[in-house]
Amino acid sequence: MFSPVYFDHNATTPLDAPVRDAMLPYLDARFGNASSRHEYGRAARRAIDEARQRVAHAVGAHPTEIVFTSGGSEANNLFIKGAAACLAPGLIAISSIEHPCVREPARQLRTSGWRLREIAVDQNCRVASADFQAVLAEKPVIVSVMLANNETGAVQDVAGLAAQAASLRPWFHTDAVQACGRVAMDFRSLNAAGVHAMTLSAHKLGGPKGAGALVVDKRVELQPLIAGGGHERGLRSGTENVAAIVGFGVAAERAAAAMDQRSRELVSLRADLEAGLSAQGASIFAAAAERLPNTCYFAFDGIDGETLVGKLDRAGFAVAAGAACSSANPEPSHVLLAMGMAPGLARGAVRVSLGANNTVAQVRAFLGALDTTILQLRGLSALVG
Amino acid sequence: MDSGMKLPVYLDYSATTPVDPRVAAKMIPWLTEHFGNPASRSHAYGWDAEKAVEEARDQVAALVGADAKEIIWTSGATESNNLAIKGAAHFYAGTKGKHIITVSTEHKAVLDTVKELERQGFEATYLTPQENGLITIEQFKAALRPDTVVASVMAVNNEIGVIQPIAEIGEICREKGVIFHVDAAQATGKMPLDLSKLKVDLMSFCAHKTYGPKGIGALYVRRKPRIRLEAQMHGGGHERGMRSGTLATHQIVGMGESFRLAREEMATENERIRMLRDKLLKGLMDIEETYINGDIEQRVPHNLNVSFNFVEGESLIMAIKDIAVSSGSACTSASLEPSYVLRSLGRSDELAHSSIRFTLGRFTTEADVDFTIKLLHDKLGKLRELSPLWEMYKDGVDLNSVQWAAH
Amino acid sequence: MAYSEKVLDHYENPRNVGSFGKDDEGIATGMVGAPACGDVMKLQLKVGKDGVIEDAKFKTYGCGSAIASSSLVTEWVKGKTIDQALEIKNTQIAEELALPPVKIHCSILAEDAIKAAVADYKKKHGA
Repeated sequence: MFSPVYFDHNATTPLDAPVRDAMLPYLDARFGNASSRHEYGRAARRAIDEARQRVAHAVGAHPTEIVFTSGGSEANNLFIKGAAACLAPGLIAISSIEHPCVREPARQLRTSGWRLREIAVDQNCRVASADFQAVLAEKPVIVSVMLANNETGAVQDVAGLAAQAASLRPWFHTDAVQACGRVAMDFRSLNAAGVHAMTLSAHKLGGPKGAGALVVDKRVELQPLIAGGGHERGLRSGTENVAAIVGFGVAAERAAAAMDQRSRELVSLRADLEAGLSAQGASIFAAAAERLPNTCYFAFDGIDGETLVGKLDRAGFAVAAGAACSSANPEPSHVLLAMGMAPGLARGAVRVSLGANNTVAQVRAFLGALDTTILQLRGLSALVG
Repeated sequence: MDSGMKLPVYLDYSATTPVDPRVAAKMIPWLTEHFGNPASRSHAYGWDAEKAVEEARDQVAALVGADAKEIIWTSGATESNNLAIKGAAHFYAGTKGKHIITVSTEHKAVLDTVKELERQGFEATYLTPQENGLITIEQFKAALRPDTVVASVMAVNNEIGVIQPIAEIGEICREKGVIFHVDAAQATGKMPLDLSKLKVDLMSFCAHKTYGPKGIGALYVRRKPRIRLEAQMHGGGHERGMRSGTLATHQIVGMGESFRLAREEMATENERIRMLRDKLLKGLMDIEETYINGDIEQRVPHNLNVSFNFVEGESLIMAIKDIAVSSGSACTSASLEPSYVLRSLGRSDELAHSSIRFTLGRFTTEADVDFTIKLLHDKLGKLRELSPLWEMYKDGVDLNSVQWAAH
Repeated sequence: MAYSEKVLDHYENPRNVGSFGKDDEGIATGMVGAPACGDVMKLQLKVGKDGVIEDAKFKTYGCGSAIASSSLVTEWVKGKTIDQALEIKNTQIAEELALPPVKIHCSILAEDAIKAAVADYKKKHGA
């Protein structure tokens, strides 16, 4: 079977084999509904409790602070809409580079009397300090800034931002879907700095699709997004997805344990990749920022990203142009535009996001294929031009 | 004891079903080698996953006589119910009004959602079913108001298995311009559902009650006439903007396969299950002072809910721990409240507490049923021997005339 | 709900289940609780002429903890005088059976059953 080299780990990651092994019994003999009082149910409940501890431990939170959801999008919606529903309408401030599942619910709040302010970022995809101060002067009641950006991989100093906002006492949320399992994080210290909630997703860290969590300080009053039955301390009703939650627990634990070693490997692999890209004349976005070790976002001037990605696919490399989640979107990336990149260059954006199974040989082969493709495309545009 | 039997015997198929091994086999490749994000537009990993998702959408639509474009993936029936009721109520409140009709025996996912809407200024009518658990058309008609926007009536009750007259209610709703939602979580694979004929606008489904995985469900949203909803989860615009979030391919594939199997096997499977249920029914009705809860005719063949008089519910559950059953719904069993469904039917607290829901399914055997009948006979004998109420009943004392000490 | 070993033992093998003739010589009956509350206990004592409890029987409609509490009480009262029986406190029952907080009411009911039976004895014997 033809299987392309997978370089799109920020879209989703392959399931770790031990995670699969942990999950399979819950699709088989251990199939109980965790709300049932008999042994089938109790076994499922124990498995969820254990997974809750594993996830909590991996991110430095208390198990009772974990609310399992169907994924990152739901957790972001739960926080943004759920916290807002319990507050008098005011200002919600989000960074201008948030994922749509933060941006869209925040926009939605405008229909119920909220004002939305997007916080500017600099050319390295980092929240612009001056604008952040200006936002704080407007006294936001909810702030959401992502820990790591899905496109550029830029990591924000969320603890520092929260600390600056702390005297205003807004509810401060961070979407940590891309960061979790890739950079060290500790909810206790984030919480001490003034971060009240954090979103996680299993399928970005070697776990299954269909499970995520909102880690939330219990002082935050939330209205549930999904009512009915009172599961997850009343914050998220619905029969628990036991197998996926079990997989999430194991994946989070494994990602946390492997992080240091994996980080070093990925940083070195990416350095090889970026050395090659620079030599070929690519611009690398947010290169000066602290980034996720696995993410490289680049463009070649005058070469369309979609076209390049299509060619690379045929050459056997699965990469992304912009974010996977925004369906068939012809607009250039809102993240790059927010960084002040020219629309022309932004249209060329290609994202390589590496994973644990990627190798030096794959990176070299990729650079070779890219070189050929660029020459081809340049030749073509020269002919046309 | 039958040495080949696995204990406890599972008779709680309405709480959740095992994943059919054929379903699990279809799911696993999508969990492992085909791990792409169906929203990835730039490579084969994504395209493969998207194709699998669409195939599953066809399979789900086929079971219920819908068009694939009318199926929206969700995380389960609870989310589907929330999306349907809140989404339609919010979208149409301005044009139609703010009155909602539902039934007091609906699942919490419907009742809690309607209560939330009441807090937001909607008004609700909760129909109380007759003693047999069914609502009548007259009752429903009488509850309609000019400002009724949404009606939500479940197809099959999770506790007592009775089938509500959704076809007739649908006709009335269509005529009056009321959006009609049906929670069909307990119905798929247990009774035919044909949305090309039913005048239902929104219908909730989940996989894990029909031998598919947990964590996946769907909402049917009618296109002709077109029903619109206000999304409850916003983001990347998945599912035509009605429900954002990465699609869990393996779970969706599992739901598709489980619904495909249901469509193929439902007719023969339900006959077998009906035979087993009737055997169980006969075996249990041999026990004195045993009452069936809910209509026995208008009911799916999988469900038997009975109350045993003069024994206390919790000790009964403890006595029959060799079978896995529910007393009341699985979702409310953390509390000691008697089942609100049985109370709605007018059952006393005592009979509601001593009710047992037996739900049979694909892997239930005749030996399981025989074992259960014998177990209930033995244990009820023992508990009644212990019961001062049974003794009084046998002595001809009218328990209602007794002055019980305040406690 | 996790029951203690002792509760399970009394539940599986309840001691002294049964009834004495209500109006027989020396028989005192205490019935407490109500079906609507989920527990009814009937405790009967057979009291000798010297005021010593010679035998005891019970019937209980209730949860495992209620059955265990009443079963335990029938064992404890035997050989005691009626006044000594009154000294049995619900806390001792709860402790012996390791009842969780939500089941403490079962032990209270068992204590009440002793009191009711003794009161019945005293009423019948004009004490």
